[in-house]
Amino acid sequence: MTQIPVNTTGKKLGLVIDLDICVGCHACAVNCKEWNTGGHSAPLPDTDPFGENADGVWFNRVHTFECGDGADSRTVHFPRSCMHCEEPACVEVCPTGASYKRAEDGIVLVNEDICIGCKLCSWACPYGAREYDGDAGVMKKCTLCIDRIYNENLEEVDRVPACVSTCPVNARHFGDLGDPNSDVSRMVEDRGGYDLMPELQYAPVNKYLPPRPKSTGYEDDRPRQLKPIEPTVSGEDAGGLFRWLDKVLTR
Amino acid sequence: MHPAYSVIIFTTFSGAGYGLLFLMGLFAAGQWIEPDRWFGFTGFFLSFTMVVSGLLASTFHLGHPERAWRALSQWKSSWLSREGVLAIAGFVPFSLFAFGWVIYESHDGAWRLFAILTVLFAVLTVYATSMIYATLRTIRAWFNRHTVRIYLAFAIWTGSVWFNMLAHLFDLHTPGIGMIVVVTGVLALWLKRKYWVFLDTSPTWVPAESATGLGDLGKVRLLDAPNTQENYVQKEMGFSIARKHSVKLRRWAFFGYFLIPWLLAVGTVEAEPWLKIPAAILAVVVMMAGTMLERWLFFAEAKHTVNLYYGAQDS
Ligand code: SF4
Ligand code: SF4
Repeated sequence: MTQIPVNTTGKKLGLVIDLDICVGCHACAVNCKEWNTGGHSAPLPDTDPFGENADGVWFNRVHTFECGDGADSRTVHFPRSCMHCEEPACVEVCPTGASYKRAEDGIVLVNEDICIGCKLCSWACPYGAREYDGDAGVMKKCTLCIDRIYNENLEEVDRVPACVSTCPVNARHFGDLGDPNSDVSRMVEDRGGYDLMPELQYAPVNKYLPPRPKSTGYEDDRPRQLKPIEPTVSGEDAGGLFRWLDKVLTR
Repeated sequence: MHPAYSVIIFTTFSGAGYGLLFLMGLFAAGQWIEPDRWFGFTGFFLSFTMVVSGLLASTFHLGHPERAWRALSQWKSSWLSREGVLAIAGFVPFSLFAFGWVIYESHDGAWRLFAILTVLFAVLTVYATSMIYATLRTIRAWFNRHTVRIYLAFAIWTGSVWFNMLAHLFDLHTPGIGMIVVVTGVLALWLKRKYWVFLDTSPTWVPAESATGLGDLGKVRLLDAPNTQENYVQKEMGFSIARKHSVKLRRWAFFGYFLIPWLLAVGTVEAEPWLKIPAAILAVVVMMAGTMLERWLFFAEAKHTVNLYYGAQDS
């Protein structure tokens, strides 16, 4: 079971995340939590939710990085979740067969009925995508919303992962990265989508689209500059009634 | 990596237990020790206790200990599973070897075969344990050629200190046993020092720039973490000790796992029984404490790549 399937359909479902337009609103993370605490891996625990040591399982977390220095620096919001790797060592190390990669679509899942909670898979994941549920004593992780993407009770447009459906700026895309003609594959091709930590050779399926170069060259085609608003006439300069009013009101 | 006590106790005790079984098997196969009943009984009792308690300790940190048997199923791909299978299968030759030694006081014929199989299973099991760590690409401090050597060398070294103590207790000590102590101690010391040099000099494994792919934009720094309190990933993978502490702790570990027990064991070989027996026992006690500290450092000094997403600059 924990061997990586060799006879696959060639389908590689995954996400493409556009770092150029992600605004760091955490809506995807919240909707992920919302859906999945009632979904395939339900419930996702929250311990001490309003206390000093709030903790809990999240499948998707948004980090914010600062790159470069001074005027050239940029803030990049960076959502991170399971990459559904093609070479998932998290699956290979699992001693029970609880972790597995599906041959039909490449999704990496945990069978909570046989997981012993040894946590070794979380050690093997370079991306921190697996979080342990101390209440249930089993490992949990992103399911790519298998309970949405194949769910015939949902409208066709809603058959995408919760994070993708909720992103207000359309920074997240879902599709088959094994098909070179899919929208997501073309997007990766056009924008130079890349893998995280390629040197570790996990062959992540999810891709990240880099931020576009910052536009700075205003010299020739300078946009219209807005004039600063003039300070309003102060009471000092006014006479008569206004001076008196100003005095009363500033007292 | 967070140093979990259950794992530290497990690897230290089961390592010493397998080391002791290895030496008993080796000396029996070579007919270098008499099959004295009470020596055998005590040796098997101690090594079985260490191995079994180590295995039990390793189930303490499981979320579902009652499902532990399932861990035997994935031996085709998982080193953790292989370790479990070998640990259990090993009890067949170990028990038969013990049976011949304790009941029949014999190392001959078929019993000798079980002695050889004991040697083999002891080595394979420790090897499997070390491979669990040595195959994790996420942790540079473990994913290297030193890890397996150190686990094997420490198993034999710690086993030989126990073996030395037993030989003194039952008055079966030989120069050969003295030599084993001298050599395996130096071997463990040498390999561990080489490992620490490797750790201190190995270049960055995965830089923060590669974790985010944002290197083209300049130096990458974490501005906001996703969460205000530490999450599971940070608690489990985030522990790392300050450099100045690691220097001090390495020194203490060196005294504990090597210098004091080595001097105690080697220095009293020719001494009177009233001196050499307490010295050999003390050597075992100090050596086990030092090895646990060494194992603690093995975890506490190991940096996991995931920390790059939580503010670490290298891994
Ligand atoms: S991102 Fe981590 S958990 Fe997901 S498949 Fe890759 S290694 Fe496994
Ligand atoms: S925690 Fe569960 S899924 Fe992960 S390696 Fe252990 S048994 Fe497998």
